[in-house]
Amino acid sequence: MDGGVGLLQRQLVDYRASLFNEGILNEQFNQLQSLQDESNPDFVVEVVSLFFEDSVRLLNELAKSLDQRNVDFKKVDAHVHQLKGSSSSIGAQRVQNACIAFRSCCEEKNVEGCLKCLQQVTKEYYLVKNKLEILLKLEQQILAAGGSIPVQSEVI
Amino acid sequence: MVCQMENDKINVDMDMEVLTSMWPEDINEDGSQFNVEKPREDHDMLEEVSILEEPSVVDLQRLMELNSSSEKGSSQLAYLVKHWEYKQANAVRLLREELDSLTEQRQEVELKKLEILEEHRFEEERYDGDKRQVSVLDDLYVMYQAVPRKKDDVPFQSKRFESDAEYDTIVYWKQRALHLEKLLEASLQREQMLMEKLKGSIKNMEMQSTPVEELSQMLKRADNFIHFILQNAPIVLGHVDIIGKTDLEILSGAGMQESLDFKLEVLERGLPGKREITFDTELFGSKTFLIYVEPVFNKAGETIGVNYIGMEITDQVRKREKMAKLREEIAVQKAMETELNKTIHITEETMRSKQMLATMSHEIRSPLSGVVSMAEILATTKLDREQQQLLEVMISSGDLVLQLINDILDLSKVESGVMKLEAIKFRPREVVKHVLQTAAASLRKKLTLEGHVAENVPVEVIGDVLRIRQIITNLVSNAIKFTHEGKVGIKLYVVAQPNIQDRAHKSVEDYSSSVEKGSHIQRFEEAPYQNHKNHDEPRSPLKGKELKLRDEGKPTDHPETAVWIRCDVYDTGIGIPETALPALFKKYMQVSADHARKYGGTGLGLAICKQLVELMGGYLTVSSKEHCGSIFSFVLPYRVSSISDDHSDDTDELPNIIDHDTATADITAGYFCFQPRALGSLFSSGLSSRNQHLAPTNFEYMELPDINGVSPDAYTLSSSASKYKDKASVEIACWVVDPGQASNGSSLKQNANIDDKCTNRGDEGADGDCQAENPSTYSIGKGVDEITKMNKPQEAFQMQKTDSSMRSVPSSNSEVTKSAHKPRILLVEDNKINVMVTKSMMKQLGHIIDVVNNGVEAVRAVQSHSYDLILMDVCMPVMDGLQATRIIRTYEETGNWDSAAEAGIERPMHSLGLELNSQFSMPSLRRIPIIAMTANALSESADECFANGMDSFVSKPVTFQKLRQCLEQYLP
Repeated sequence: MDGGVGLLQRQLVDYRASLFNEGILNEQFNQLQSLQDESNPDFVVEVVSLFFEDSVRLLNELAKSLDQRNVDFKKVDAHVHQLKGSSSSIGAQRVQNACIAFRSCCEEKNVEGCLKCLQQVTKEYYLVKNKLEILLKLEQQILAAGGSIPVQSEVI
Repeated sequence: MVCQMENDKINVDMDMEVLTSMWPEDINEDGSQFNVEKPREDHDMLEEVSILEEPSVVDLQRLMELNSSSEKGSSQLAYLVKHWEYKQANAVRLLREELDSLTEQRQEVELKKLEILEEHRFEEERYDGDKRQVSVLDDLYVMYQAVPRKKDDVPFQSKRFESDAEYDTIVYWKQRALHLEKLLEASLQREQMLMEKLKGSIKNMEMQSTPVEELSQMLKRADNFIHFILQNAPIVLGHVDIIGKTDLEILSGAGMQESLDFKLEVLERGLPGKREITFDTELFGSKTFLIYVEPVFNKAGETIGVNYIGMEITDQVRKREKMAKLREEIAVQKAMETELNKTIHITEETMRSKQMLATMSHEIRSPLSGVVSMAEILATTKLDREQQQLLEVMISSGDLVLQLINDILDLSKVESGVMKLEAIKFRPREVVKHVLQTAAASLRKKLTLEGHVAENVPVEVIGDVLRIRQIITNLVSNAIKFTHEGKVGIKLYVVAQPNIQDRAHKSVEDYSSSVEKGSHIQRFEEAPYQNHKNHDEPRSPLKGKELKLRDEGKPTDHPETAVWIRCDVYDTGIGIPETALPALFKKYMQVSADHARKYGGTGLGLAICKQLVELMGGYLTVSSKEHCGSIFSFVLPYRVSSISDDHSDDTDELPNIIDHDTATADITAGYFCFQPRALGSLFSSGLSSRNQHLAPTNFEYMELPDINGVSPDAYTLSSSASKYKDKASVEIACWVVDPGQASNGSSLKQNANIDDKCTNRGDEGADGDCQAENPSTYSIGKGVDEITKMNKPQEAFQMQKTDSSMRSVPSSNSEVTKSAHKPRILLVEDNKINVMVTKSMMKQLGHIIDVVNNGVEAVRAVQSHSYDLILMDVCMPVMDGLQATRIIRTYEETGNWDSAAEAGIERPMHSLGLELNSQFSMPSLRRIPIIAMTANALSESADECFANGMDSFVSKPVTFQKLRQCLEQYLP
């Protein structure tokens, strides 16, 4: 049992490290995790699921906006800005970077580029979503197994 | 003998035969011979018969003789018959022969005709075989054929001889002979007839024997016909061999060479082609042909010639050209129409918008001036100090709006040419002084304002003083706006009458002309730094003399003479980049959007100035050097008042300004200087010129000792700062209500500290107009005593935030102290996740925060609560953080929420009530630290945040580190 938890914990650490190495997540996610404490045990899950909800909504909005004949780039830009803010807040770095590219496309009023960027952002979003879900599941498993989630050393 | 005779005769006959055989060649001769011969023979026979009847006596011998002779006779008769028969046969033969020859001849003629026809036809084909023409010749042919057919109808006699007389009797023979004679006669007659016919025939033949003429006539006709046809023909067909003749040899005239060239071209290229060629040949007349030329190849594939078809398209070409012309005209017409329409549209649009603007401005102005003038009337009534100050703010704000509206109206007036100029006597020095005074009154920077008026500038001139003042004020306020240190000055001097047309164009249009610019810059350098020193010395007197000379030169019946005065407004400001110069005088234009944001303004000022100056017959120029300064100059003509000496009673348009003690000196003063007040001293923004009217003791005129080489009689309006320098060193400038004068005398003064400090200079401070020196860092401690209950922001204490002792001074302000324990923090952020994260972080840092989602909500929140810190997202829906910050800052500065109302944010009612009833919950006028939260996007640059009044910024995503630093810095 103990060994199982240890294994899970090691797995979690490795997995998290891999996410950081791949640039899917960045330091901001650690910030997020450090906000989670006894008084607020599900903080990360809450924030992340809020992020998921928000992102799905925004991605849908974006797809709809870009589907219009006359694309309202202001609106698109606002959505992308939102998405960028959200993703940067949880440390979903690759989504954030894709959003930056998206915004510059928006500025150029380049519909083609925007569509491409939307694709990219969507891809990155689903990537980070999957990874985060796995990560969170791992954490839950550890918690369920009675273990504690190893905290990143660099977190303040 | 008979035999012999017969023989002879036969011989003759034979001879005759020989002859007849030869006859056809010579019909005439033969015929005559034949005719002559016959009667001779007949005569012989008759004579012989009559001889036979004579003897009536029978004489055997004689009978015998007779018998023998009758025998002879019968034989003779037989012979005769035979002879006749022979002759008959001969005649028939001859006729036959004749017929034959005739037939032959006819055939010959026919052949000839055919030949000719053939020839003709051949020739005809060369021109183009016309069926109609062929049919004409066919008729001719038929005519020829009719001739021989008639001949066939000639009756042929072959009647046998019959007689009722007994055969072989004398009677019989006689009868027979007679009959024969008759026959012969008939035969002769027939012969005759035939001869005649023949002659006629020959004649006919002769007539017809000239078919060449006939044919040539026919050909002529045909030729004419062809000509006619050709001249009207729409088509030309042809073939040209390389070797063969060219059209040129057949036809000549314009176009032939071209067509030949074209044919040769086709020949060379070997490709068919089409071309339109206009010919002007004798044969065709002037015609345009569309010619299609096709090369002809031999079996080896070499071009050996060309076939061409030409189609006459003269009419089409003419029509086409006409059509093209028409179309062109229509297009031109249409273009003109659209152009015109566009122009009309634009003009109408412009007119309408201008009209609307003017109307709107007017509509706004009327009630506003009502408000302002009522307020002014109210100001004259007995009011307590607070009320008066409230009123001042009201009036000054109203004035500001009025000014703006007037600007707009002026512009539209000048543009529409409605603007009327007035001619009022005024004193230029006073104008300069007043403008500078006004500017100094609202000056918030450490700037020296100076004015130089050359000696030769007349004391009084006539012009539209209001407009001139407007121009100078505009230029000066512009200069002040863009100058952060150094000085701003006005220089007035007389110039020679410029060649206005040239100068105006050159200087207004040709901003970048380096010569002009150079000269200006030179002057600029001279002007502020040297000119005020030697202004009165070498140059000015000369000019004065000139002026005098001019004055003297004018006859006395013209009491007013024109004088051109140049006014330079110079500064040591940021300058204007060369690229921005051309757009400088355009409406609503500023050097850049960045400047517009930083310095504000409508961008109307210079446009109005320029238009006004031009309206008054002068010109406005500018020269500038970036980072060194700008110099705006305008030259205007003025009339000089002849009675310039009696100035004392003159309509002084600014009576309040003139200090009574210095009024007389002022008239000829050449130099004014407004030094900035004590270190960092500021003039309240709330003080308008009107304010100074009400409180003329704002400034103290000082006679400066010979500073800067100014003539001793020049005086300066200097601040009274030096008098309370000791206080200024504390770096607190207080703006207080003089308690003694406060009508609300019963009120408690809790902040005695400040009052003590301030009352000292209450008298000198002249109704309190000093403020904290550094507008960006002062914070306003709320005056919590009873007095301040009624006070407007201006009356609130202003103190430096860094001065912690000052913070503690309003010790009775429990809220301040309370909030120091637990600062109220407002988070303005639209992103839920960001809100969640930030909130959570703040919670961990021990702060509970209020959250709103956009700028409007933020403003509302600030309106109803007081916060110690605002974290403001920049990019938000509804209203972004920059605007919200501006509104909050404006409120802090002016104490009213006008800008918020402008942005459509109504004040919540309850907070109004709160403000009036309870100063504790009243929003404070301290400067709330506003921290921007930027996503580091280009549109959210730090500069922009600062420019909009934010104190700092935190880049997103926010982290503990950043938040903590920020809180440490802004929440002491």
